[in-house]
Amino acid sequence: MAIAENDPLCARLADGLDEAFPELVVQHQQLVFGIAERVVGDSAAEDVAQEVFVRAYRALGRYPAERVRELRLRPWLGRMTINLARNTLRGRRPTTDLADLADLADHPQSTENGPHQHAQRREERRMWARLLAGLPPRYRLAVALRHVDELSYAELAETLGRPVGSVKSDVHRGIALLRAAYDAEQRGIAQEAS
Amino acid sequence: MTDQHIEAGLRSLRRPAPAGLLDAVLDRLGLGDAYVRVEGPIGPLFVAFGRDGISLVERARDAGDFEATFRAMFGRPVRRIDRAPVLIQRVIDARLWGRRRLSGPPPVDLHELPEFEQQVLRKVLEIPRGEVRPYAWVAAELGRPLAVRAVGNAVARNPIPFVIPCHRVVRSDGRIGEYGAGGPTAKRAVLEAEGFDTTELERLPARGVRFIGSDTTHVYCYPSCRNARRITPRHRVPLRSADVARQAGFRACQVCRPVDAPFRAA
Repeated sequence: MAIAENDPLCARLADGLDEAFPELVVQHQQLVFGIAERVVGDSAAEDVAQEVFVRAYRALGRYPAERVRELRLRPWLGRMTINLARNTLRGRRPTTDLADLADLADHPQSTENGPHQHAQRREERRMWARLLAGLPPRYRLAVALRHVDELSYAELAETLGRPVGSVKSDVHRGIALLRAAYDAEQRGIAQEAS
Repeated sequence: MTDQHIEAGLRSLRRPAPAGLLDAVLDRLGLGDAYVRVEGPIGPLFVAFGRDGISLVERARDAGDFEATFRAMFGRPVRRIDRAPVLIQRVIDARLWGRRRLSGPPPVDLHELPEFEQQVLRKVLEIPRGEVRPYAWVAAELGRPLAVRAVGNAVARNPIPFVIPCHRVVRSDGRIGEYGAGGPTAKRAVLEAEGFDTTELERLPARGVRFIGSDTTHVYCYPSCRNARRITPRHRVPLRSADVARQAGFRACQVCRPVDAPFRAA
């Protein structure tokens, strides 16, 4: 996989951390919050996300400028978020269960359509959240990072600290399981209807 | 069920981070407040701002002093940056230079001030560029017509001069009055920089003229009110007080809402 060009934001972080840092938060808060939420649940996700950015700021302050310039921010922050979220979970039961994940799907997204379509969208999101939550953890994380957070396979491999081939196969396997679960659900609905 | 279908379903699970996350992070890191050095009408200024808007303005001298003042007022550090964010730059262009109009009052952070001082400064924000109002007007507008001295104190402590135009608040007797950001000379200079004729400002009250009426509309105004400046010379009627004006059949302008000072000294 070709090495991506250095992120221009990294150059700005290296030149003036305090000035550029708010931009780093703006560009990555959705990613960091999203990952945190899927690991620790809705209630603790914001605390985890805050902590990730605070630690990122301190780390960037310690790193030599050359290292900052060459950072790949998404995998770097993604890995930090996963580690921190898992540490947060350690010692207490995860709050995330199927119902929580379905609740996560309740966010208002687009309002350009009528209330009926809106309700239908919400139903669909609930379904996808439920199906995703039903995957074994290994596949769930890989699928979510690839298709919810939209990391590239290279970023995904770096985030998880595993070879690209291995994470690719996890994502494909996860998608196949999702398709099977979806088909099973549709058959169930069809049987109920008949 | 195609892969695209599944991928679109998964993408729909993305949701935005909570609105307060950025502010919370910046607050924890002490990055929530910043300041810039900008050119002002009578020399360079330091302008500090945080998430609630502009919080402190001083004439730019020593950056360390400015940062110390900020810390003393707000109990947190402020960092210097090279360029103001777009929204703040707009406020600077509009309020300091009149280069553009804002759709509403500029964002200013007055939370640290007592309620009355906040009211005074928000009222002062309404005084248009190129016009002045007496301290007594601010007091009357706030429904506290006798609180002229308190208004004077609040205006003198304005932490956001130039943006909140305390230089446009003058004495009812026509004297230009004190100025927190550099004394009367600086005040005169800021007004002149806004295109205001301070000699004219002081000339009328020196002759006992407080208001200008129009003998066609029978409306009276503060002399700098845009309606007063529109009256052609042969229709201008100098008036000594609002009482005299009313007795002569004039009614108060609805734009500048002129009032007499409660006592002659103010």
